[in-house]
Amino acid sequence: MTSSTFALPASAAGALRHHPLVVRYAPIVTIVLALIAIWYVAAVMMNLSLVRGGFEREETPYTVSELIAGTMSAERPLLPAPHQVIAAFVDSVFGYAPTAPRSLVYHSTVTLSATLLGFVLGALFGIGLALMIVHSRVLEKSLLPWIICSQMVPILALAPIFIVVLGAIGLQGLLPKSIISAYLCFFPITIGMVKGFTAPDPMQLDLMRTWSATPRQVLAKLRWPAAVPYLFASLKVAITISLIGAIVAELPTGAEAGIGARLLAGSYYGQTIQIWAALLASAVLASGLIGLVDMTERVVGLQMGARP
Amino acid sequence: MVFLPINISACANIERAICSGVCHYLPMALQMPKSLKPDTPGVTLRPRGRESLVAPIEAVRMDKTADATAEPGSLPQRLAIDVRNVSLTFETADGKVDALSNVSLQVADGEFVSFIGPSGCGKTTMLRVIADLQQPTAGTLLVNGMTAEQARLARRYGYVFQAPALFPWRTIEKNLKLPLEVMGFSDSEQRQRAARYLALVNLTGFERKFPWQLSGGMQQRVSIARALSFDPALLLMDEPFGALDEIVRDHLNEQLLQLWDKTGKTVLFVTHSIPEAVFLSSKIVVMSPRPGRIIDIIDCDFPRDRTLEIRETPEFLKIAQRVRVGLRAGHSYDE
Repeated sequence: MTSSTFALPASAAGALRHHPLVVRYAPIVTIVLALIAIWYVAAVMMNLSLVRGGFEREETPYTVSELIAGTMSAERPLLPAPHQVIAAFVDSVFGYAPTAPRSLVYHSTVTLSATLLGFVLGALFGIGLALMIVHSRVLEKSLLPWIICSQMVPILALAPIFIVVLGAIGLQGLLPKSIISAYLCFFPITIGMVKGFTAPDPMQLDLMRTWSATPRQVLAKLRWPAAVPYLFASLKVAITISLIGAIVAELPTGAEAGIGARLLAGSYYGQTIQIWAALLASAVLASGLIGLVDMTERVVGLQMGARP
Repeated sequence: MVFLPINISACANIERAICSGVCHYLPMALQMPKSLKPDTPGVTLRPRGRESLVAPIEAVRMDKTADATAEPGSLPQRLAIDVRNVSLTFETADGKVDALSNVSLQVADGEFVSFIGPSGCGKTTMLRVIADLQQPTAGTLLVNGMTAEQARLARRYGYVFQAPALFPWRTIEKNLKLPLEVMGFSDSEQRQRAARYLALVNLTGFERKFPWQLSGGMQQRVSIARALSFDPALLLMDEPFGALDEIVRDHLNEQLLQLWDKTGKTVLFVTHSIPEAVFLSSKIVVMSPRPGRIIDIIDCDFPRDRTLEIRETPEFLKIAQRVRVGLRAGHSYDE
């Protein structure tokens, strides 16, 4: 990739095929375009009977092009066309003040705050569990089965119980949602960090022993830094899971704010476009969060001597 | 204090045997360790300048309290290592393995002792037992007059492993500082020592580099500097140059020898290579596997400031030949 990005040689399509920009983005663009095309076809096919039924009920004559145009502009389609979703998304992000109840920004911030709090709680809890497991065989044997069991129960069944129990002891609003989100996301962190804390080379552990380092020094100067790559790998998994946890936690509460509430309201009133716009918002949030973890990983990696 | 006395009668015999040109294998397979007990104090006076050792130690040592070997009263009879009838048996799935069987060895202060033998003869285990990384199942073991555990807790030795085992997330300087951090040296002391020992292994200028940016030989030099950085009187080296090519190895051998000459440390050195053992050592311990035991101890009296050229001399070849015979005898015992 040494050639200049913008130097297009006069000689032909062959050179264009090897242009760095083409090499880099062509596969992604192709996939996206193919998906959008498939989506449009699916939208036409799924909404066809709905639109035809509408025309027939009103007994107006229609042409094929009117019919197809109708499938892409229905108010409550089975499957909204991509441009409808994007229009609704743009409208609800930029069309209202960020504090208005119709603004997706408002709902996203509500979900985001529960996600972040849940993520921090889950990460701390997960790392704490991993520390206990690594340092005590007894704890490993007694804790690990419960940790695994905790992830076998569907969260959709657990979430209402959590909300009710926590509500009974006076916890409402952000915290119960964060706890559900933390409950989901601590697991990959615990598993990852147990692996990470035991990652040091036996030779490195022997070295610490020859210097008669205390267990705390071994943790701080060897086990912890050795676990950092594992930490970031599990954080990336955990942060998306904690977003899902926060959204799921918003469903049973009948919460009036948050992406989950938006999804619920959309399905109550058959507002499919609103559902899809909310889904798009959660996808944007998730990729933003992963991007953030990714960036932190890169910065930390540079300081810890990772090869560029 | 002009002479360094060695109170090992068997070695005196070997020395005489070598000196008189008689070089045949002495069949002392298992009797050898018993005859090493210092209750038969045959003292060899070796005209090796102790003074020339003492001065550089003083120059290098910063923290005198960290080094108890300088008590003047205890110097003459001082043993760095005193291993008596040590055995170590591993329980494995296939049954018991005798890694060490009734091994005895005495090493005086300031000696360079090489352990040589085929794989599985217990040379690494020997070093690990001395370092208290493994505990013997029988026998007694004193390091600088302390038990192995006390010596480890008092940080009396530096250990160099087969691989550099640097911490990849630390720069070279910070790798050097790691044992100093663990041991609670002050910041300025850490900085001074890191600079001094990097200079000692010719790596000044690489402070800010990370381990992966250095070659294998350079990394191993860093690990040697790290082992020296807290100035232990005893250096345990487990095949430190095993993974390096011949040229780098020769170079590091010379550097190590100069270092030993300069600092007067006691060095225990595990190797597979006969020339390396003969070139470096003041004493060579030949070991044999299944069960791991000492079959010969050979004194090697080249001057401390020897150069690579001595490898061409007849004396060198004679000792190398004797090591080879010992190794072969250990193997045939097995068959």
